[in-house]
This record gives sequence, C-alpha cells and structure tokens, in this order.
Amino acid sequence: MTIDWNAFTPWSALAGGILIGLAAAIFVLFNGRIAGISGILGGLLRPPPGDSQWRVAFVLGLLGAPLLYGLPFTLPSPQIDAGYGALVAAGLLVGIGSRYGAGCTSGHGVCGLSRLSPRSAVATAAFMGAGFATVYVLRHLIAA
Amino acid sequence: MTFLTALLSGLIFGFGLILSGMANPAKVLGFLDLAGQWDPSLAFVMAGAIAVGSVAFLLARRRTLSFLGGAMHLPTARDIDRRLVAGSLLFGIGWGIAGFCPGPALVALGMAEMKALVFVAAMIAGMIIFEILEHAGATGTKPRAPRRNRT
Repeated sequence: MTIDWNAFTPWSALAGGILIGLAAAIFVLFNGRIAGISGILGGLLRPPPGDSQWRVAFVLGLLGAPLLYGLPFTLPSPQIDAGYGALVAAGLLVGIGSRYGAGCTSGHGVCGLSRLSPRSAVATAAFMGAGFATVYVLRHLIAA
Repeated sequence: MTFLTALLSGLIFGFGLILSGMANPAKVLGFLDLAGQWDPSLAFVMAGAIAVGSVAFLLARRRTLSFLGGAMHLPTARDIDRRLVAGSLLFGIGWGIAGFCPGPALVALGMAEMKALVFVAAMIAGMIIFEILEHAGATGTKPRAPRRNRT
C-alpha cells in the first residue's frame, strides 16, 4: 500500500464529514429519523399514508445541495469513469443490496456506527470488504 | 416543520458530500483501491461524521419525543442474519464497480451528470425489484414486519 499524498485531502474530508454528522444530528433530533439514504429513497416506493413528505424533502435537499453550493463556491465536477453498462450493473446491485441489507454508507456506516450498533458494524465491514475486493479484482486482476 | 428540517438536513448532508469529495466517484474508488495509490480521505469523512453523530445519537437515545414533538423512529432490529450480510455484500460490489452509493449519486444527479442519472435510474429499478421480491416473499426466511426501522 502506498498513500496517494496528492489526492489525500484530510482537512476537507474531516470538515465534510462533520457536516454529514451535523445533518444526521439534525435529522434524528428534529425528525426522529435515521439519515439513511437508501431507506429514505426506498421507502418512497411503497409509503404508508403521510410518510412521504419528509422523505421527499430530504431527497430534494440532496439534489439541491450542488445548486446552492455552487453559488458562493466553485462546484467541483465529479469524475465518473465507469461506462454505461457498468453504471447500470452497479446501480442495480446498490439498489437491491442496500434494501436487502437495510442500509448503506449513511444508514449503517455513519448513523449505525455512531449508535455503536453491532448490526451496522457487521454491515459496514461487509460492504467495505466487498468494495475493496471488487476494486482489487477490477483494477489489479482484470485490468492488469 | 418536519418538511423544513428534513430539507435542511438533506442540504447539509449534500454540502458535506461535496466538500469532502465523496460526491466524486473517482475519489471514493481511490479509497477502495488499497493495492494501488491509496487515498485515505473517506476514513476521515467517516471519522468526522461519527464524531458529531455519536453525540447526537447519545442525546437521541434518551428522548422519547423529537425536538419537534414527533415520535422517535430509532432502529429496533438487532439480528445479524443472512439478509444483512448478503445485502451488504451485494451493495459493496456495486459500490466498488462505479464508486457511487445512494447519497453521492443523488448529489451528482443534482449536478446534472448524465452518468449519475443512469446510475440512479438503475438503483431505483433495483429497489423496485427488491420491493417486488419482498412482496412475493422471495427474499428470505423472515418476512419483514411492515415499517419496522431496520437500519
């Protein structure tokens, strides 16, 4: 393992992480809910009456964030290297997997680990491990 | 009011993803590529988020009502089962292929990225497939109790 010192951005990563923690804090303290994106989005597909508004609001916030961020700051443009076929496969896996496993990086990773939930710790270890393994296979076994 | 606090929370969450670089799949993949040139940034994002989040959840655990007077919907599931592990593994494989997870994908969609739109459409299709399988009772041994908070 060699650290990519040019790509490594500890301070903006930490500051961005604090904002994410703050968002999760507002959400649990004011709405009484876990800020888990896959659950919020997936719950919109078959919501009981009166359960949609807060979900739509949170999703609108995420979608609108780059628009507001871009007003005072320069909006960094994302680099998406995956091709369209890979994006479809990845999207399907993320959609099915995060609902089947009841959480993603936000719900299990950020909120679950903050709650010291053993269940979320197992989930986080599983998806991180699978992520490491997948990138290893794609970049170092297949592409090499 | 819950609409406004949810909107604000989503906005701040999105700002955090943009500022930290996590809305950029190339940076996320830089973290997942342990054997290449490794970018540890994602670990710092998690550390910052958990530092703030753990205080909030400590507070939340002691409350029976939210600050706005609504019910607290904290997860009650404790079981570490095949669903949890298998689902998380599938999610992790998808995450490793494109470098997108649900939050950053929605933020990148807000940046009007065509590729993010394709990913999000496939992700929602995946969620619909899950709902169909779940409704048909085909996703596991234990049928899910309706609206139980399982995160």
